[in-house]
Amino acid sequence: MVLLVLFSLVIVLGVATRLGASLRRWPQFAVAELHRTLSLFGVALLALHVITAILDPYVTIGWAATIAPFMSGYRTLAIGLGTLAIDVAGAVLITSLFRTRLKYRAWRAVHWLAYLAWPAAFVHSLTAGGDLRYWWVALIECGSAAMVATAVITRLLSRGQRATTLPPIQPKKLRSGLVR
Amino acid sequence: MSSDPLSEARQPASAPIGDLSLLDLEPRTQLPRLLPDSFGAGPLSLREHLAKYGPLPAIGGRARPAQEVLAEVELAGLTGRGGAAFPTARKLAAVATAGPHPVVVVNGTEGEPASAKDKVLLATAPHLVLDGAEIGARIVGAAEVVFVAHGAVVGAVQEALSERVAAGLNQLHVTVVPAADGFVAGEARAVVNWAGMGRPVPTPSPPRLAKRGLAGRPTLVQNAETLAHLALIVRRGADWFRAVGTADEPGSTLVTIIGAVASPGVREVALGTPVAEVLALAGGLSQPLQALLLGGYFGTWVRWSEVGDLPFSAAGLAEVKAAPGAGLVAALPADCCGVTETARLARYLADESAGQCGPCVFGLDAIAAELAAIASGRDCRLTRLRRWLGQVAGRGACAHPDGAVRMIRSAIDVFGAELELHSSGWCSGSRSHVLPLPLRRQP
Amino acid sequence: MSGASELQVDAIACDGRGLCAEVAPELIALDDWGFPILRSGTIPAMLLPDAHEAVRLCPKLALRLVTESKHG
Repeated sequence: MVLLVLFSLVIVLGVATRLGASLRRWPQFAVAELHRTLSLFGVALLALHVITAILDPYVTIGWAATIAPFMSGYRTLAIGLGTLAIDVAGAVLITSLFRTRLKYRAWRAVHWLAYLAWPAAFVHSLTAGGDLRYWWVALIECGSAAMVATAVITRLLSRGQRATTLPPIQPKKLRSGLVR
Repeated sequence: MSSDPLSEARQPASAPIGDLSLLDLEPRTQLPRLLPDSFGAGPLSLREHLAKYGPLPAIGGRARPAQEVLAEVELAGLTGRGGAAFPTARKLAAVATAGPHPVVVVNGTEGEPASAKDKVLLATAPHLVLDGAEIGARIVGAAEVVFVAHGAVVGAVQEALSERVAAGLNQLHVTVVPAADGFVAGEARAVVNWAGMGRPVPTPSPPRLAKRGLAGRPTLVQNAETLAHLALIVRRGADWFRAVGTADEPGSTLVTIIGAVASPGVREVALGTPVAEVLALAGGLSQPLQALLLGGYFGTWVRWSEVGDLPFSAAGLAEVKAAPGAGLVAALPADCCGVTETARLARYLADESAGQCGPCVFGLDAIAAELAAIASGRDCRLTRLRRWLGQVAGRGACAHPDGAVRMIRSAIDVFGAELELHSSGWCSGSRSHVLPLPLRRQP
Repeated sequence: MSGASELQVDAIACDGRGLCAEVAPELIALDDWGFPILRSGTIPAMLLPDAHEAVRLCPKLALRLVTESKHG
């Protein structure tokens, strides 16, 4: 549950970063850093989630199923989707850690796979985990879906636009020494 | 010469470099070298070309080593005729030592709309340029040539190539590609990008083209006219090449003379010829002049009163902060408004931006809009204009914004009086524009 | 690792987002259209961490730090 909310937030922040969104106290770089920090935090929690699931004495999932999707005997589809999400998240993680050493296009192609990972994780959370009969589970599921849907729609609608609004054309005082 | 020039050409030439008899001629009578003595006859056929210039000396193998030919080119002091005037021998050496599988790209694009010299050269002497391409290829060790030619002359180049193939003289893999339309399409990186990826826009640098260009291979990009000179240097020697021109800038160069002259067109001049004499070659002035635009639409405006006696060379024109550039000499008559012309050029250059770099796209657009306002007398403070000119120069991936800024800065200097007039709501121009611009891009 | 460092921008990759100017304002200013104007000359040692941050944070990977090694 926590993971779903977390990664849904990460996606929202990712779109916000891409669109150059900022507040007075949150310049663009802060948004970008928050996106990064939360995603790393999410990865750490994800590792815990996987380990506890494997070590759970009541179900047999097996270590292989953590990497290869649809290998678990227990709730194959549900767990498999989770594994898929982890695999993709792993790729996004590694490429992002080594971002400065990759070609921008390659990094971006992998990063966009995150839009694949989230639905997999979402369905996983519905089928392998929470029980919608609890009101708070339903709230979290709906809330997360709504967040991500809004972010994705906003992202799609702003394709082709410049990320930042053009600053007004007025004489700005340049700090001295800054020439090029 | 009674023997068939074609069969002579097929035999490896053993004649020494340098037809010394040509040196006996007065330097002035050696011109024209590249252009025909009179126009209208169409391109020289292969037979005519060989009869006029002789066979192309072989390079490499059992003939003259490439190193020796390169040394001859260096001695000749040939520099690029595409606008940058880079020493050709240095470029050849850089590509020759850059790595395996180099490739030669001939730049016959001539993106500058007012310049016609490369088109005229390719329409009258395509074999000279093809010779030069072959020599360039032999020197750098390339087996492949990509010839990018302006649409108007691509047929002539293709014809000439077919003649060579039919005569068994073509030993390289030569492809002829029609050039893309547009001003930046003639920039060296854009030409390579066009030939390789079909996108006629400049690419980032580094890496240098000499190291990694077309398909990642070391690439020699040379202007068509430069290669034509190369073809003659190899036949006649460095001393012959240096017989005209100045000591620091030897040889002849093609210029396109337009504007208020009696017979505008392409001429060949020795570097260092006084500017007034250059204009005389185009029939002299048809009206009193106020200024010249030298080099290209990316070049420099100069006052007519200051430039007439100056030698047409980099050293001579440096005095008025100008340069031969791509050989454009545009004569602005006194009754034309220089500010309006500059505004027109600025709008053209802004629209011709490749659209890749913010400062160029937004900056040149803002500058052009500002100049249009000034030209129509709406607003004449130069503060914003100067500010933007300072912000744009040097901040693109290619020299396009730099050229535009240079041209506009020189206009502010040269047309100062006209600007004053505009700020009080008047314009002294009584005729409409003189500089040609395309109405629209070819689709 | 000694030598002069300077920032360079790939003008084609740059989209004028401006994160670089946010984190390294002494090194990078924005022109009237939001694109970076880099301070000329070597970066003072004190500002190198900011320079590295700016390079890391650029969303288009358009900024790079070029170091001239003293040993050629």
